[in-house]
Amino acid sequence: MAILIKGGQVIDPGCVNGVADVLIDQGKIVAVGATLQAPAGCTTIDAQGLLVLPGFVDLHVHFREPGFEYKETIQSGSASAVAGGFTTVCAMPNTKPVNDNQAVTEFMLDRARTAGLANVLPIGAITKGSEGKELAEIGDLRRSGCVAISDDGKPVMNSLVMRRAMEYALAFDLTVVDHCEDLHLAEGGCMNEGMISTELGLPGIPAAAEDVMVARNLSLSELTGARLHLAHISTAGSVRMVREAKARGIKVTAEACPHHFTLTEDVVRGYNTLAKMNPPLRTGEDVQAIKEGLRDGTIDVIATDHAPHATQEKQQDFTEAPFGIVGLETALPLTLALVEEGVLTLEQAVDKLTKAPAAAFGLKKGTLAVGADADVAIVDPNEQWQVDPGKFKSKSRNTPFAGWKVKGRVKTTIVGGRVVFESAAADLA
Amino acid sequence: MSLKHKHLLSLAPLSVDEITLILETADSFKEVSGREIKKVPALRGRTVVNLFFEPSTRTRTSFELAAKRLSADVINFSPSSSSVVKGETLLDTARNIEAMQADIIVLRHSSAGAAETLARGVKSSVINAGDGWHEHPTQALLDLYTIRERGLSFGGLRVAIVGDVAHSRVARSNILALTKLGAEVRVVGPPTMIPFGIEKLGVKVFHHLDEGLRDVQVIMMLRLQLERQGKALFPTIREYARLYGLTAERVKLADPKAIIMHPGPINRGVEIAPDVADSLSSVILDQVTNGVAVRMGVLYLMSGAS
Repeated sequence: MAILIKGGQVIDPGCVNGVADVLIDQGKIVAVGATLQAPAGCTTIDAQGLLVLPGFVDLHVHFREPGFEYKETIQSGSASAVAGGFTTVCAMPNTKPVNDNQAVTEFMLDRARTAGLANVLPIGAITKGSEGKELAEIGDLRRSGCVAISDDGKPVMNSLVMRRAMEYALAFDLTVVDHCEDLHLAEGGCMNEGMISTELGLPGIPAAAEDVMVARNLSLSELTGARLHLAHISTAGSVRMVREAKARGIKVTAEACPHHFTLTEDVVRGYNTLAKMNPPLRTGEDVQAIKEGLRDGTIDVIATDHAPHATQEKQQDFTEAPFGIVGLETALPLTLALVEEGVLTLEQAVDKLTKAPAAAFGLKKGTLAVGADADVAIVDPNEQWQVDPGKFKSKSRNTPFAGWKVKGRVKTTIVGGRVVFESAAADLA
Repeated sequence: MSLKHKHLLSLAPLSVDEITLILETADSFKEVSGREIKKVPALRGRTVVNLFFEPSTRTRTSFELAAKRLSADVINFSPSSSSVVKGETLLDTARNIEAMQADIIVLRHSSAGAAETLARGVKSSVINAGDGWHEHPTQALLDLYTIRERGLSFGGLRVAIVGDVAHSRVARSNILALTKLGAEVRVVGPPTMIPFGIEKLGVKVFHHLDEGLRDVQVIMMLRLQLERQGKALFPTIREYARLYGLTAERVKLADPKAIIMHPGPINRGVEIAPDVADSLSSVILDQVTNGVAVRMGVLYLMSGAS
């Protein structure tokens, strides 16, 4: 069934930015232009005063299925995604069992089809069991639908194994994603190492734990020619090294998470487990560097690292509580805050949520070009609302942004030409 | 005057007056421990629960004696005998204890912040008896008491805290309290044992013991956690003892009337030479004695019995 989205400000980064209509039919974008005619039987969506954007692409989510369905399922995670305007999400392999083989990949894709909401694209493991020793069957993973490889959360410490993974991935045109953390330097740490960890008596994770692995990965990418994507960079040092590497032509892309450009380590005070994530929240200087990296293009992508955990897990004491927060339903307003602040133009912000992430993994997504899959997010950039975790579509509630008054809300999400989310009046309270 | 705090989690929020009040209250209880019948009825009918998730003999016994000498009912809960092994969270364990009408919970836990987390979740008063590397407020208070008992005043007092400051809750609490009271605090240890940014708490950092000890009036030695040798913090116990062990020779660098403190248990021949530990300048056993009086004072003030 055809849908005509009328009168919104259409932003397809690098292509279109202005008031236009978008016509969708048979699951594809059919036309983008001024005052398009609605074909017979077509549904019309009035988008006046709203933004019409390519559906967002999140390169970094944890959907916990199989194995940790009490935190999130592919169904609930997908619902959370589309509520946040994300139409394509890449699911990390740290499930149980680890997504290091075709069977797990196929299971995840099957669950995603059943959910019928977002495009859930699995990321395969680099090594068997993400143990950092032997390569997983990367060719098989690619063939069965994985769009990248990563041992996220359990970074490959052995540099030779990482080198071989990068070389091997070249044959399948797969991006290698690394969570940059030297596990020895970070051992036992649970927040940024600095003045606040000293005051709180908490074991710290120094910025250097990230920096040394960023440096290693950049060197290996240079050596092998592999396409490297750095997950959730959080330090000024990482930004500096990526900037320099890009200038030298290394094939690297980098992502930053909304929490890393919005919050500092101060939020940990009071042993707030909702401020416990990995990489940890850093200092004000790091936050500035991340923003500068986003502004000048060093950081290509905004990704959420959506990491659901059950309430009882986050109720443990700080050192015991797991790392991570949910992010899909708060990413849009936190990103738009950067536009408000003058860090990014609106078009840049949209690019980092759509076209840039799609390009990093070579996905045919994140665009409103004619012929593209009809994945669309319609957004009211001015609507103010208060974050209420009780209303999240995610199964989990672990966010440090509860109670925040934010601006910018997803009104309608379309995936493959079907409306999969509409913000109901009941949600606006 | 009374304490304005329901819990004793950290020394950071305490005013100088409140610290003084605790020390003065301890004065009046110290005398009780010297009597033939070591008991006063101040906390009769109150219930104190010692909730110790980490092994501790000294601190738990000290709190237990303190509570008993105040006539409180005391229960000791430790992981082996509690439901922790059944997977219950700290908060649930504490709420169960609270449901049995505990007035004060004394918590020892291996995680920094455990006492603060607990205090947010229960109605009882919580006393932090050591949380991870964070704080050990009653230890610092008994140290202050012991210093004061020796006739030293805090303003301008030169104190050296020696050893693994990074992993020491005793050091953190003492730094907070002593700087608040106007003392000049030095920390001495190899850089691997000095935490990031400690100078911002108002202390001077020394990496050589001889320099750090010069003219100090109080030498506070920290226990070397021998199991940390594998963590690359120091090469060998032998070298640590040579570089950072307190010997009679080194004591001479300090003020002639300097006192020597240690929170115990001591590693004789490692951080402190036996003759120094047993010398007249050593107040290590006074610290233990005073611990009971100070904890009586804290329990009394926290109970609101005044």
